[in-house]
Amino acid sequence: MTSYIIRRVLYFIPTLLAISLVTFFIIQLPPGDFITSFEARALANGDQADLERAAQLRERYGLDQPWYVQYWRWFTGVLTGDFGYSFQWKQPVSALLGQRMLLTFLLALATTVFVWAVAIPMGIFAAMRKNTLGDYAVSFVGFVGLATPDFLLALVLMWISFFYFDMSVGGLFSPEFENAPWSLARVWDLLGHLWIPVVVIGTNGTAGLIRILRANLLDELHKPYVEAARSRGLTEWRLTAKYPVRVALNPFVSGIGDTLPGLISGATITSIVLSLPTAGPLLLQALLSQDMYLAGSYIFLLSILSVLGVLISDILLAWLDPRIRYQ
Amino acid sequence: MNDLLLEIEDLKTHFFLDDGVVKAVDGVSLQVRRGRTLAIVGESGCGKSIMARSILQIVTPPGKIVGGRICYHRAPGDVVNLLDYQRKSREMRAFRGREAAMIFQEPMAALSPVHTIGSQIVERLRLHSGASRREARALAVEMLHRVGIPHPAQRVDAYPHQLSGGMRQRAMIAMALICRPALLIADEPTTALDVTTQAQILELIRQLQAELGMTVVIITHDLGVVAEIADEVAVMYLGQIVEHGPVDAIFHHPQHPYTRGLLRSIPRIEDVTRARLDAIPGAVPHPYARPGGCPFHTRCRERIIHQLELCTHTAPPLTRVGPLQQARCWLHEPPGDGQRGAGHAAEPALAIIGGQ
Repeated sequence: MTSYIIRRVLYFIPTLLAISLVTFFIIQLPPGDFITSFEARALANGDQADLERAAQLRERYGLDQPWYVQYWRWFTGVLTGDFGYSFQWKQPVSALLGQRMLLTFLLALATTVFVWAVAIPMGIFAAMRKNTLGDYAVSFVGFVGLATPDFLLALVLMWISFFYFDMSVGGLFSPEFENAPWSLARVWDLLGHLWIPVVVIGTNGTAGLIRILRANLLDELHKPYVEAARSRGLTEWRLTAKYPVRVALNPFVSGIGDTLPGLISGATITSIVLSLPTAGPLLLQALLSQDMYLAGSYIFLLSILSVLGVLISDILLAWLDPRIRYQ
Repeated sequence: MNDLLLEIEDLKTHFFLDDGVVKAVDGVSLQVRRGRTLAIVGESGCGKSIMARSILQIVTPPGKIVGGRICYHRAPGDVVNLLDYQRKSREMRAFRGREAAMIFQEPMAALSPVHTIGSQIVERLRLHSGASRREARALAVEMLHRVGIPHPAQRVDAYPHQLSGGMRQRAMIAMALICRPALLIADEPTTALDVTTQAQILELIRQLQAELGMTVVIITHDLGVVAEIADEVAVMYLGQIVEHGPVDAIFHHPQHPYTRGLLRSIPRIEDVTRARLDAIPGAVPHPYARPGGCPFHTRCRERIIHQLELCTHTAPPLTRVGPLQQARCWLHEPPGDGQRGAGHAAEPALAIIGGQ
């Protein structure tokens, strides 16, 4: 098991290198860069100071060099914690990302917990009561969840929370806490706002996982080892939870790897509708304005998260299923 | 006959499917004697496995036990009808886990792939006794040793995929016997194993049966296994017992046309090579289209030879044909002709077969 983990962690390094190279290359593909448009504006305004500033930036980040030199400067910077400079926001990227990444991660975590907490019991219930009214009810809710567009659900929930609970809508904080330092009251305020995006983003995943778990469990429920457990005199719930559910959970665990990047890129529309201070909208803007260090760092962090997610799910899978360990 | 362990009377287990009702077990009556080995033989789909599962009540919907009695003699005089217990009741779970045990055909499939064999053995023991974790583990190791698994102290933590087929089946036997059951049901325990391992496993079952004094019901379609291990044989066809008796009587004086057919279809080493094997004509009827009358009449050569019209519309009763032997065939009980004894009817039929 230990050697398996070490091996997996070692694979991690070349994968990251390759991903960072590819993403940086793709960002460089469109002609021009942020400084080009910045210079054009400065020229139009006849602003000498800005022109010099642009030249300085070009020099500092090697924008007149080929892309691989730029990549190298940027990547070595990343290794020392310097993610570069956002031209659009006129801030270091690390300062810009820190807060948003934390909130994004928090949202991802809360959503995953929500999805699992709802999907696992409902999936088990639906499988064990196959083709009964309860199963149909769960399936109906699941299909509605799959079919409802996230942004629509977001709008409906915003309306409900504003109309019935008299809460400020949008964002993750009430206005008075927006820029306040972290405190217990701020955390409480966050929890009050967090449920809407969690429900909105999680509904789709929940519905999907209910279907997956139900189907997997139906495959497992009639396997001989379940019957053997029944013949040992276990109660139905205990034997179901211990044997087939354990085996049917494998796809859940392998899905962890997709959760983090999926939440960031997939939840962008929701984040925009709900004006959440998370990563998605910022990435979209950065890509539109060719703010390359911001976009590059973003995609790099996303890649780290996905590779990390896959790593975590692989290790969990090996722990959950001994057959994988000994291959 | 107070040495009975199980008395099954008119057991009916049906499957209620969308396309109709499949009568997997349809009126089985059977006695299992304490300390003996009963083999239940029959083709695939004759209901033998479902009958065994009905004893433990582990038939799950859409299957349902719809009638009959299964009387279990805990001790002489202490008799319960197992069908009085609910399928999921505490009493039924205690019976199927502690007083009875079942071993399955595919040890790889019947052991959980993600749990160690030790944990599955310990689970059963702790569920049905007050053993502590440590005691249960020690007993599990001892039982693994007993079923002939080398290095049991290490193997107790092995996963099924780390063991060979024979070792897995031994582990499953250890799991079955950890609570010292009075009744062991073995559902084709050797079918998935190679021939040398088969013999070892049968020998192991026989040896443990002698040590623990348990009753064994073994389900098989392999008459070689029957010859090796059984004291008595029950032959099943389409959910019914068609013949039941001591193993010698069944092998040497089979009274039901189906039993005779089964015995004829065994390839023999002394037979002329390249001669066509004498198979029972036709196929097992479709489960939704059970023939009326005697269920075997569609494939019965002797019915044609004797031109019995009765078989096609009236089911024969189980008739005594020997001291301990019963068969369900009109050849042995012609209606309204009490004079004709069982032996009489059997002999001409045998003679005809001999002449073929």
